[in-house]
Amino acid sequence: MARIDLDNIRHAYAPNPQAETDYALRLVNQTFDDGGAYALLGPSGCGKTSLLNIISGLVSPTEGRVLFNGDDMTSRPTEKRNIAQVFQFPVVYDSMTVRENLAFPLRNRGVKRVEIAKRVDEVIDIVGLQALADRRARGLTADEKQKISLGRGLVRADVGAILFDEPLTVIDPHMKWQLRASLREVHRRTATTMIYVTHDQTEALTFASKVVVMYDGLIVQVGTPAELFDCPSHTFVGYFIGSPGMNIVPASLNGANLQLGAHSVPLASAPRLEGQPNLEFGVRPEFVRLGAQGIPATVSRVEDAGRYRVVHLTMEGKAIAALLREGEEIPASPHIAFDPIGVHLYADSWRVAVAGAGAQ
Amino acid sequence: MKPVNHGAWFLVLPMLIIVAFTAVIPLMTVVNYSVQYVATNAQFHWVGDLWFREVLHSEKFWNALWRNLVFSGCILAIEIPLGVLIALNMPRKGWGVPVCLVLMALPLLVPWYVVGMIWQMFGRVDIGLMGVMLRDIGYNYEGDPIDAWFTLILMDVWHWTSLVALLAYAGLVSIPDAYYQAARIDGASKWSVFRYIQLPKMARVLTIAVLLRFMDSFMIFTEPFAVIAGGDPVFLSTELKQTVELGQKAAMSLIYFLIILLMSWIFYTVMTRDDGEPIGQGGAS
Amino acid sequence: MLELKEVSRRVAGVDHLAGITLRLAPGMMNVLLGPARAGKTSLMRVMAGLDRPGAGSIGFDGAIVTGKAVAKRNVAMVYQQFINYPGWTVRENIASPLKVRRLPKAEIDREVDRAAELLRLTPYMDRKPLELSGGQQQRVSLARAIVKKASLVLLDEPLANLDYKLREELRAELPKLFADSGSVVVYATTEPLEALLLGGMTATMSEGRVTQFGPCQDVYRQPADLITARTFSDPPLNVLPMAVAPQPERYPGARTLAFRAHHLRPQRKTAEAHAFTLDVVSTEITGSETYVHLKHADQVWVMLTHGVQVFTPGEQVCVYLEPSDVLQFDADGRAMTAQRKAA
Repeated sequence: MARIDLDNIRHAYAPNPQAETDYALRLVNQTFDDGGAYALLGPSGCGKTSLLNIISGLVSPTEGRVLFNGDDMTSRPTEKRNIAQVFQFPVVYDSMTVRENLAFPLRNRGVKRVEIAKRVDEVIDIVGLQALADRRARGLTADEKQKISLGRGLVRADVGAILFDEPLTVIDPHMKWQLRASLREVHRRTATTMIYVTHDQTEALTFASKVVVMYDGLIVQVGTPAELFDCPSHTFVGYFIGSPGMNIVPASLNGANLQLGAHSVPLASAPRLEGQPNLEFGVRPEFVRLGAQGIPATVSRVEDAGRYRVVHLTMEGKAIAALLREGEEIPASPHIAFDPIGVHLYADSWRVAVAGAGAQ
Repeated sequence: MKPVNHGAWFLVLPMLIIVAFTAVIPLMTVVNYSVQYVATNAQFHWVGDLWFREVLHSEKFWNALWRNLVFSGCILAIEIPLGVLIALNMPRKGWGVPVCLVLMALPLLVPWYVVGMIWQMFGRVDIGLMGVMLRDIGYNYEGDPIDAWFTLILMDVWHWTSLVALLAYAGLVSIPDAYYQAARIDGASKWSVFRYIQLPKMARVLTIAVLLRFMDSFMIFTEPFAVIAGGDPVFLSTELKQTVELGQKAAMSLIYFLIILLMSWIFYTVMTRDDGEPIGQGGAS
Repeated sequence: MLELKEVSRRVAGVDHLAGITLRLAPGMMNVLLGPARAGKTSLMRVMAGLDRPGAGSIGFDGAIVTGKAVAKRNVAMVYQQFINYPGWTVRENIASPLKVRRLPKAEIDREVDRAAELLRLTPYMDRKPLELSGGQQQRVSLARAIVKKASLVLLDEPLANLDYKLREELRAELPKLFADSGSVVVYATTEPLEALLLGGMTATMSEGRVTQFGPCQDVYRQPADLITARTFSDPPLNVLPMAVAPQPERYPGARTLAFRAHHLRPQRKTAEAHAFTLDVVSTEITGSETYVHLKHADQVWVMLTHGVQVFTPGEQVCVYLEPSDVLQFDADGRAMTAQRKAA
């Protein structure tokens, strides 16, 4: 069990980084509390996998320190860090059986035979490999092999943290539900620190109690799923979390009113934003209401996802998406109104804490 | 399963014709000779399995075969582990890679007979560097069969270990980094990494290496011929050269050929037996 | 029009495809939806002519093409892995199918530029594929499929290896890209949501069979059998065996009842609703929605609700299910007649 601190971490893959753009990780300070379930969420190339490998010691950072429970681990090799890690694509020992694969991390650490057998049986149940336990790993399918990888990550009882690098990429959607539930169950039982890297918001949000959103080598927001959804502190978080993402429209201020082209949206209070450039207005499709009142808009496209529909509209020449629940109808001549609870203001892409009434 | 395309046969045909002329027809000629007695006046007489019986009852043949097997065994026992060991220690990136590869490839470029000549001189106790150096401990390949044996093995190891090393290296560099990372996470020792990752991933190329080195060393001829020219025949190949009767030669050639075929088949079957497992239901998706 | 009649294929005693009959028309997406190893790729390979079916026939625009080699058909294929020629620039990659046909250079350039424009690759034309991001690489593969103007375009989970957001974007664009091409477009996916958003026609697949084929929304809302309903549900379909069902008299003849996760509600909608008191196993919160895993008899159900709902594991909650949302299946797993709109 461990608390993990990242202290002023910077990392560049090429030697002698000069410009800011040479850094894959520009500056990261972050604490992962002992026993927490974290997700590192971001698009490919944002540095999330680099950060994970720095924690496990597979990559050593150009600058900064990694601390486990306050002890400096920066120069300690992976095998001495007491960490488990699961990779994106299955890594199995072909010549061993499934059971032997799972026992391998324990055997290497001299765990007693009886204890190994017990742990391995538990893990086989968790990842659902009962039927294949004594099959040779060679010749299994990719998703079965990935379950072995996952199992090897879970098999050690005493690890400081378990790191997952997009572990469910090769898994079927139905199986994802089961495995995610198993992982959370393991977390609940063992309270091991878990860090889960993914670009998939559903995976991140459902797995983690705290989500760390990364963008371009920086952490842009850390929060619970609800905080990230309700109150994105950066336009990137608004866009990246939620499907479809937040509508972000250039706007200007007019006292306590937000000016969207020829129309104005009243705000709860007049924000003090003198001289703030690049003002943008953000609202999630969930908070866009279609009715007879408001700003007139035209429907450009409707996507039916079964339990909801995404209505793409054009309002004042800008694209806006609205979400309709099953059973809600699209009005004949739709007008757009915004639920004040979901209205946000962004200056230079960062959220300004004023906007709608309930946004705080 | 590929779709059946009968047109493909026409593409293979030229190759089949060439193989027929270079392999099948000469082989059949040998089969033909092996059951006949060729008199001096080029008269052929049917003798049935006489030559075969003669060969199989000849002590010289069995001795040569035995020496051949021991020789190939020694070669494999030295070259395969040594080649793998070298491959494991070759650099994976940087300027060392091309340098290493070129150095390793050099011995492979030397013709067999030249290798024999080099070592013949190198080992001479009067002027050869190695011979002179080892003279004091009684080394003399021209007089002592054990020393000759030792020289032949040394020669082959020098000549061919790099082939094994290069093949093993090719197998090693194809292993994705994630495997080594996972092994570090799992706390695997260096030996475990070798045993459970590197060796299984090298298995296929090593099969090829073992087959090549076995066949080649079992057929060794040029080097002993060069080194011990004129001495007693030691191997099947040199024995074969000294056999006078055409029919007996043919019969021995066939037996020789069949032994190599059999041994190669055994090696191949044993070394690839793991690959035959059912591949799940993969590929159906 | 691509027509498959009773197409089957066995490999080493295992049915990869069993009795598949489909008529796929141009002008819309034809989605093959099913889990891994359901036979999607096998079916596509047979459609392409890469594999020969063991039985059955394949017709294209009225002509029988069974067994005709892939090279002689005008087929384009895009795979899950980004497959491009690494030594060529993006422009050369996109132009490759046209060069093979020895078209005049001006025409090639025009077509390539148009496809690059559509897929927003214009700024990268002189780069090598490996210098691009995954999404861009896959767009190069797609552009190549577009310029080829193939009569059959096969897309095998083309977005599976892409980032979530990129997937969202390309998913919206794909149907438009091929809409006017006149090609028959087949798209394989494991994800129900992807099938829904792509629209068009959907064929659900399971164990080498097509379990249902029809307009996407029809298949989703009126699944012909239990397997189809399961295949086309994410979160997984909740199943209620008749033996433990409340008010069984409402569902005469049914053996199994099933319903989707969002039809389990924390509040009652009508007086008719069935009520269940269940133990919470766990909750997953996405910010906009909450998935609540609930224990019912020996199964775990998923309830999908709007907003953030906090439950602690072990807590008992009362949830409701409207009879109109229930899917009914008979002893053979077939949907009972006159299935109501249930989605």
